[in-house]
Amino acid sequence: MKFSELWLRSFVDPAMSTAELAHALTMAGLEVESLTPAAAPCSGVVVGEILEVARHPNADRLSLCKVNVGEPAPLSIVCGAPNVVAGMRVPCARIGARLTGPEGKAFEIKRSSLRGVESQGMLCSAKELGIDDDHSGILPLAADASIGRDVREVLQLDDTVFTLKLTPNRADCLSLLGVAREVAAITGAAFNAPAFAPVAAKSDARHPVKISAADGCGRFTGRVIRNVDAAAPVPEWMKQRLARAGQRSISALVDVTNYVMLELGRPLHVYDLDKLQGGIDVRFGRKGEQVKLLNEQTVEVDEGVLCISDSSGPIGLAGIMGGDSTKAETDSRNIYLESAFFFPDAIAGRTRRYNFTSDAAHRFERGVDFANNVAGIERATELILAICGGEPGPTVDDVARLPEWKPVHVRSARAARILGIDVSDAEIAAIFSRLGLASAKTADGFDVTPPSYRFDIAIEEDLIEEIARIHGYERIPANQPHARAAMSAQREGVRPLMRVKEAVAARDYQEVVNFSFVEAAWEHDFCGNDAPVRLLNPISSQLSVMRSGLAGSLVANVRYNLNRKQDRVRTFEIGRVFCDDASVADGPLTVAGIAQPLKLGGIAYGPAYPEQWGSPERKVDFYDVKGDIESLLAPAKARFEPTAHPALHPGRAARVLIDEKPIGWLGELHPRWQQKYELPQAPILFELDLDALLASPMPVCREVSKFPPVIRDLAVVVDEAVPAQALLEAMQSAGPAVVQQLRLFDLYRGKGVAAGKKSLAFRVVMQDTSKTLTDLETEAAMAQLLQLLDQRFGAKLRT
Amino acid sequence: MENLEKIVGDALQQFSRIDDATGLEQAKARFLGKAGALTNLLKGLGKLPADERRDAGSRINAAKDRLEAALAQRRDALAQVQLDARLAEEALDVTLPGRGAGRGRLHPLTRTQDRIEAIFRSIGFDIADGPEIETDWNNFTALNNPENHPARSMQDTFYVENKDADGRPLLLRTHTSPMQVRYARMWVEQFRHAAKVPPIKVIAPGRTYRVDSDATHSPMFHQVEGLWIDEDVSFADLKGVYTDFLRRFFETEELEVRFRPSFFPFTEPSAEIDMAFGAGPNKGQWLEISGAGQVHPTVIRNFGLDPEKYIGFAFGSGIERLAMLRYGIHDLRLFYDGDLRFLQQFA
Repeated sequence: MKFSELWLRSFVDPAMSTAELAHALTMAGLEVESLTPAAAPCSGVVVGEILEVARHPNADRLSLCKVNVGEPAPLSIVCGAPNVVAGMRVPCARIGARLTGPEGKAFEIKRSSLRGVESQGMLCSAKELGIDDDHSGILPLAADASIGRDVREVLQLDDTVFTLKLTPNRADCLSLLGVAREVAAITGAAFNAPAFAPVAAKSDARHPVKISAADGCGRFTGRVIRNVDAAAPVPEWMKQRLARAGQRSISALVDVTNYVMLELGRPLHVYDLDKLQGGIDVRFGRKGEQVKLLNEQTVEVDEGVLCISDSSGPIGLAGIMGGDSTKAETDSRNIYLESAFFFPDAIAGRTRRYNFTSDAAHRFERGVDFANNVAGIERATELILAICGGEPGPTVDDVARLPEWKPVHVRSARAARILGIDVSDAEIAAIFSRLGLASAKTADGFDVTPPSYRFDIAIEEDLIEEIARIHGYERIPANQPHARAAMSAQREGVRPLMRVKEAVAARDYQEVVNFSFVEAAWEHDFCGNDAPVRLLNPISSQLSVMRSGLAGSLVANVRYNLNRKQDRVRTFEIGRVFCDDASVADGPLTVAGIAQPLKLGGIAYGPAYPEQWGSPERKVDFYDVKGDIESLLAPAKARFEPTAHPALHPGRAARVLIDEKPIGWLGELHPRWQQKYELPQAPILFELDLDALLASPMPVCREVSKFPPVIRDLAVVVDEAVPAQALLEAMQSAGPAVVQQLRLFDLYRGKGVAAGKKSLAFRVVMQDTSKTLTDLETEAAMAQLLQLLDQRFGAKLRT
Repeated sequence: MENLEKIVGDALQQFSRIDDATGLEQAKARFLGKAGALTNLLKGLGKLPADERRDAGSRINAAKDRLEAALAQRRDALAQVQLDARLAEEALDVTLPGRGAGRGRLHPLTRTQDRIEAIFRSIGFDIADGPEIETDWNNFTALNNPENHPARSMQDTFYVENKDADGRPLLLRTHTSPMQVRYARMWVEQFRHAAKVPPIKVIAPGRTYRVDSDATHSPMFHQVEGLWIDEDVSFADLKGVYTDFLRRFFETEELEVRFRPSFFPFTEPSAEIDMAFGAGPNKGQWLEISGAGQVHPTVIRNFGLDPEKYIGFAFGSGIERLAMLRYGIHDLRLFYDGDLRFLQQFA
């Protein structure tokens, strides 16, 4: 909502500065988003009358004007604008006038010479006066503008444009009258409500109206006006108020309806009476019907859309926009004015369906005063007659069904409890009275009947809010509450998320936050998912599907940083991923059909360690990242087994399992994607279920043996294809009980080991809890391990 | 015996000249060894008359002790020289950089969120998190924002192809407020049989989404929702708690907070909260920081509680906004670019 301060002050004029008024509005819930001067500063610019226009002797495009500024001798001014003609009244900046330049810098008009001819001032365009961007010609002033007068007065340039950011509940403030009413309530200043006298009919011309849909249209007021001059010029004062409200002047009839809408909050529509085919019927649409609107858009209507129709079918969307076939134009002679009330429910949401909006719809879906239909018609008639002439018929007011505001009860004690302060009954009564809310005192509070323009007062809290608002939020104290000192301990079996993040960062991964929506190709490439959860209204195709894995975003992080000369990139993210999953039901923290688990994803690219003097550079590899994962999951022990994953190199991909349950994966990026995504090296990626990382089992203490451990090494040769983990697991599960720890400490291929074979060396720690082990016992245990590995894997002792 | 003094003198002189351990041991042999000069003197004692023998013996032994002491001293001295040489050789350039793996950092939003959580946890608030793809009911209807209500256009919603049980499209939550509903309903269910439902005190930080993308809006951003419901939690309490939060968060008492009337479907009275720093680059400038208000009775009813008995407040604040003001970040997009040069500044 945008308007001129001077216009507002014509209704209510509190003794406050512009800034104070703006502050008062903001603090009462009518947020002033901006205050803009109607024009840039200027001085010394007066109304001049062009007496004669001659060609400049030395320049074709310049003219030489004699300008009367009310002094005995006219000024001689060189001007380049194309629209100067003798007799025109124009803004004339005299020698010494100060204007504001393009960058907001003030400059002075000096006596100057243009192509050899002296110029005693400057004629100004709207842009040069800082009113708007129009620089196509000199700004024409009204023919009766008084010569020599300061244009700031003539054009009322000492005005401020208020822009309000209104909340959807305050549709009553979508008009000057509404804002003025509110200003009066907030400040206590007198409200000069305009009184619009009925304009007497000069003919009996009427147009028949039928309200078939009374649940959509509660009231339909109309009037015929014959013989108007629709092409008549719009008066400057009206253009100016419209312009400061952000409305461009279009034509007399359109401007009048816009003006009345801004002034009274009363949307109107003008039909060309001669284009209407038979009586008007307000009804819901029928399937298959179409209507071409004023904005040239043709829309289909149905039983959910309220229409204005005549015998030709729908001719407009009620409360939203009129139709093209019946629109009044500058050659219309006879018109029909509509001033209707439509129920918010019958209008709300319809414009979103058609993907446009209108000022009328914006008001009707929030609620329009259903008591000012007649006033709106009378005001519009008055203005039309003044501008376009014409003979009005009688105002015909059809009332079908109006909203019935029931009294709302408010208890003073409830208000005190909700607000945390006591407001006296006397103050409450005064607040209601200032707001124009009719109230009656009851035993414990008040019964309040809202006026026809307030659509936001239906329950007790609505009134409590009004009490707080006018009492002043700032006067409610900030209270530090007293509360029960109940303890709440964190569960020891769950690691706090922050600790997990810190642990990942400690392994040299930088945390990132990436968008949850990605491009569809990433889902295909990195998740093998061709049926991702798709957005119906993405902002771009790069952000069109919900990611089911974090890998694509992490690869993008690497690319972004490589492009900025970072050769080592290690990032991680914790975020939800989204997959269709029919097994998910609606629950306290779930939404049926979509699994939304939290995942930890990471990527490591470039050297394993930051560049440093003390160790040779080496590329990060699978086992570096595997080590990171083992560390993050500790004390849980994960198993890793070969797997196939769409994002990964088939020979360098592992599934991560804890207690046989898969909890994630890691591996090297598939060379295909490395090439497609233009990465000079292959990064290592991983993704783990966050739940697995948050689980932190309670430790169970075991006795530490008092007897010394015996340490032996076992080096065996096996086929290349035998995984190391198989040997370790066999020894752990089937080896002798005295074996306490097993560690692979060497892997060897080459001289002394046959081709296709590899040597694995294990360090075996043996210990008994009840005695010192003898040599005999340890030798027997080692022999047993070797025999086990031989039987299961054909392992031979390396000699 | 007149030799004794000369022998001792020679020995001491030789010992002090030798500067290697082997030489010293050889010199020791020359004087104290089996055929050493002093040993020979001892052997010669038997030839002396008995009355001289005792006196000579004790003089020779005293001389021997002197030599032994001199030897030990010389040995220590030589060892010290050797050690000093080794230590000098082993000296490091302690100014060379340390070695090993690097260290990642946490995202500024994580830092901010952690700080918010810690402050609210200190007065007994629980932390909750939940789904980001939501139902229309949880995101709107339960929060007193029915379909077609003009308030819905306050938030441009991303919808997904999937539908809920009623056939309405699921959506990306436009605020963290659905967690109010989910948490409160879980809580009320837990105390279904109790005479009184204990206070609900929770904050719910998380990702939120709106169809908006420009210099000051991101289609994905973070909010933190706060909810405190009990029998007597008032608007004055909201003012106290939120004002205190901002002063603790920014670690300054020089911070003004103002509440002004606003509208949200799920609170009434509703407030927009502005703050102004008492110092620094934004001094005196009002900055919008949060929406808040007393929870609407319809929403309390949707929690499963009687609004006559239970009242309280809720607020929803942008985490990015808090982080930007706290750390002096001027461009919202930096949070999501993944630029290491930006992110590594936040330890």
